[in-house]
Amino acid sequence: MFDVLIIGAGASGCAVARELSRFRLSLCVLDRESDVCEGTTKANSAIVHAGFDALPGSLKAKLNVRGSRMMPELAKKLDFAFKNNGAFVLCFDKEQIPGLEELAQRGRLNGVEGVRVISGDEARQMEPALTDEVAAALYAPTSGIVCPFEMTLAFAENAYANGAEFRLSTCVTGIDKSDAGYVVHTDKGDIEAKVVINAAGVYADRLHAMVSSKPMNITPRRGEYMLLDKDAGGLVKHTIFQQPTKMGKGILVSPTVHGNLLLGPTAEDIEDKENTATTRSGLAEVRAKAQLSVKGIPFNKVITGFTGLRAVGDTHDFIIGECEDAKGFIDVAGIESPGLTSAPAIGEYVRDIVAGIMTLEEKPDFVDTRKGVIHFASLTREQQNELIKREPAYGSVVCRCETVTEGEILDAINRPLGATTLDGVKRRTRAGMGRCQAGFCSPKTIAMIAEKLGIGLLDVKKNGTYNKESEAADNA
Amino acid sequence: MREFELVIIGGGPAGMAAAIAAKKQGIDDLVIFERGDRLGGILNQCIHNGFGLHTFKEELTGPEYAERYAQQVYDLGIPYELGTMVLDITPDKQITVVSRQRGAETVRARAVILAMGCRERPRGALGIAGFRPQGVYTAGTAQKLVNCEGVVPGKEVVILGSGDIGLIMARRMTLEGAKVRAVVELMPYSSGLKRNIVQCLDDYGIPLMLSHTVIDIKGKEKLEGVWVAAVDEHNAPIEGTEEYFPCDTLLLSCGLIPENELSRSAGIELSPLTSGPSVDESLETTVEGVFACGNVLHVHDLVDFVSEESVRAGENAAEYIKGKPSSPGTPVAVKPGNGVRYTVPSRLYPESVTDCVHIRFRVTAPVKGAAIVVSCGGKELARKRGRIFVPSEMIEVILKKEQLAGLSGDIEVRTEEAAK
Amino acid sequence: MTRELTCIGCPMGCALTVEVENNEAVSVTGNTCKIGENYARTEISAPVRAVTTTALTAEGIPVPVKTVGSVPKDKIFEVVAHIKRTTVTLPVKVGDIILDNAADTGVAVAATASMDN
Repeated sequence: MFDVLIIGAGASGCAVARELSRFRLSLCVLDRESDVCEGTTKANSAIVHAGFDALPGSLKAKLNVRGSRMMPELAKKLDFAFKNNGAFVLCFDKEQIPGLEELAQRGRLNGVEGVRVISGDEARQMEPALTDEVAAALYAPTSGIVCPFEMTLAFAENAYANGAEFRLSTCVTGIDKSDAGYVVHTDKGDIEAKVVINAAGVYADRLHAMVSSKPMNITPRRGEYMLLDKDAGGLVKHTIFQQPTKMGKGILVSPTVHGNLLLGPTAEDIEDKENTATTRSGLAEVRAKAQLSVKGIPFNKVITGFTGLRAVGDTHDFIIGECEDAKGFIDVAGIESPGLTSAPAIGEYVRDIVAGIMTLEEKPDFVDTRKGVIHFASLTREQQNELIKREPAYGSVVCRCETVTEGEILDAINRPLGATTLDGVKRRTRAGMGRCQAGFCSPKTIAMIAEKLGIGLLDVKKNGTYNKESEAADNA
Repeated sequence: MREFELVIIGGGPAGMAAAIAAKKQGIDDLVIFERGDRLGGILNQCIHNGFGLHTFKEELTGPEYAERYAQQVYDLGIPYELGTMVLDITPDKQITVVSRQRGAETVRARAVILAMGCRERPRGALGIAGFRPQGVYTAGTAQKLVNCEGVVPGKEVVILGSGDIGLIMARRMTLEGAKVRAVVELMPYSSGLKRNIVQCLDDYGIPLMLSHTVIDIKGKEKLEGVWVAAVDEHNAPIEGTEEYFPCDTLLLSCGLIPENELSRSAGIELSPLTSGPSVDESLETTVEGVFACGNVLHVHDLVDFVSEESVRAGENAAEYIKGKPSSPGTPVAVKPGNGVRYTVPSRLYPESVTDCVHIRFRVTAPVKGAAIVVSCGGKELARKRGRIFVPSEMIEVILKKEQLAGLSGDIEVRTEEAAK
Repeated sequence: MTRELTCIGCPMGCALTVEVENNEAVSVTGNTCKIGENYARTEISAPVRAVTTTALTAEGIPVPVKTVGSVPKDKIFEVVAHIKRTTVTLPVKVGDIILDNAADTGVAVAATASMDN
């Protein structure tokens, strides 16, 4: 019996887990995937939104602005990459400038600092790659970029270090009310908890329906992206949005915290909650629209394309709260943009809801910092040599594109909640994230994972969960 | 700080040949930095034969070819450091390397030879739509898994791209018991050598689908199949021609890219045509004392030509170290004209040519019954006839020093249709 | 009987038409030079190929090998199967014979790389 069971180990679920791990609670996080960060969290724009977008008074507005303010300090404490790079929202038609003014005003109402509308020329002065067609821009200096993988891993690892249990590769099949709370049925057996938190992303509506008769509908909104080589990362410094118009929402052009260039997303509501495939038309749309904002995008430097599914609710706002007809069951649903930014604030918000259900007593020994995988390439020469002397594996470069050493991969595999898949190693170390997309490093990485898990090279997965075949290996 | 007269980056066929040549020219203070755990580079995984016909007058496999050069490295006592990755080169030739044995250090070199080779174009760069499941590999990665790790990544295979590695892997996977359903090529001609199409595809009844491409990838976690369609003259898929191939493995053999991140850090100018350093006739880059050879310079189809080119880089680096002035006088540009994709070198210094100049290039598309013409300001310098020139084969024209006297204007290399 | 071949003698890749009688090429057309004719005659009467693959050590480490000379084309799979049944013991040197007579072709199989254990 757990005090709190969190279903879903994405940004929201892990942020909630981290926040609740401050208290004397028995805490468990479930996910159907073999790793945290495998759903919406792994494929999005990686933006820390300033907060001018959400309607004043909405939960989105409140949590966005709070999350954005928490982010810089949190990034330091939990050792994940964050950069305050500022953002523009472009308009291409003078007649639409009032729309930008409105957006700026909304930002001010939401408490966003420094937002102002500037001329096209001023914008081009600050960001020379903007096209000549840019008529005016909203400038939001507090906007930032973050590594969603590192952030979510940081929350998860920190929660784990403070006593939260993680049950991965575990899929919920049903939920029943019990005397103490709920019995959650999974493919790995039943788990009982007093409070259940539903942070299941695009599947939140299905879980909700297991306990509640109040309707909830989550629509997956497909967003396709292109990622460009680090060679192209310097093209723009700021995150460049397009003003939403009747013609559509527009797409962004942004550097990533690791120096790549990101273009996307498209926005297409679909039914299939698993459909993370890219499409020819989607990629073509990204390409065409990105060029409206920024000139000289080197499309021959595209290294990969990917698709994310945003969990869009019916209310146009986050759906966070205890179910009316299912006490002790808390939905954290409809967490579309700005969900990543809001995650730490969602953690606090849910904490307060839980505090209304059970007494939360702070742990005196809560550790509020966490160290991530050491990134060899970012160390000073002295630190590098010290590290190699202690652990020679740091002297052996496995991924050449991102300069990731064997030591880092070993760390990613061996640390708590360590990676068991190629994608898991990639998210923790960036091995395979570079221009050759794992062409060179994957044989070595596969061999290292196989050795750790005691399985054959061919049984090592790129992503997803280990089932029958590897269970055999587990038992062997 | 360790100092060397010559540092060679890469211990593959290019690096070894360059080092041997420099050593034979009397450069004793040299070192090869190799990131792998043995000399030979990519040849170690190229276990098929077809190497060495020009160099050794016999047909060798990749590892055999590598070992012949490695043996010379050992015999000549050329120092080499394995498991050693170069992280950075500065324009003043300070080189940062890291290894288990020595940690991270910066060494200084009077001359540098770049011989880092090339890498394969990944899926993302091809813009193929669909899921991103397990089972999609570049042909070279699959080659490494099969030949060096002893694992065969799949049982039913489709190969996109008919580059030589793709063709070789079609046969290799077949011999390892896999079923290769098709090799799919976007262009109306193969980018691989004809003999490989016959020996690797035809011998095993593997269809080569020209003017086709993969348009969608199915399978969320594991590859389940690919959709293939014919393309029109603009390489756009033709509706109604889609065909589904169930498969658990998709291999990509869609081009090689010279690996020049280090060249960039050294401030070396890269050619947009080759993606390699722009060099003069001595294979010297735009940074004095830094030379380039092999696939880092431009992608070769035959290792024999890599070795031959690298000997020249090694000898020229030795000359430079001994004090021969770098880049004297005014350069003449060498440019690709009609039907030619690029030239190496892209400039030359007529005064500094000792004997002759090797100009290497590729045509943009197959051309039959044409001549290659090298000219300068209306004056024809050389003409090479051939029944057919194809993009998959590098072509070489040699100009003698005396032909280069008194030239004005650019040298142009072009194809010329035969007179009717 | 008529057979169509693609000459592999040079990049031109001539499409050869070969008239075959009793497994002998009696006439070759479509070639532009003597190479094409010679290729066609061998290819019709007794096509042969050199085979390269890997043999495994007891630990499953692949050792690259080749047939020392060519084997009949229709014996390729048998030759590979025979090699796969053979276990190599390290160390090996380039040229070490790992199999004297692959699949009764009379052709030996040799290691193509030197490997330590």
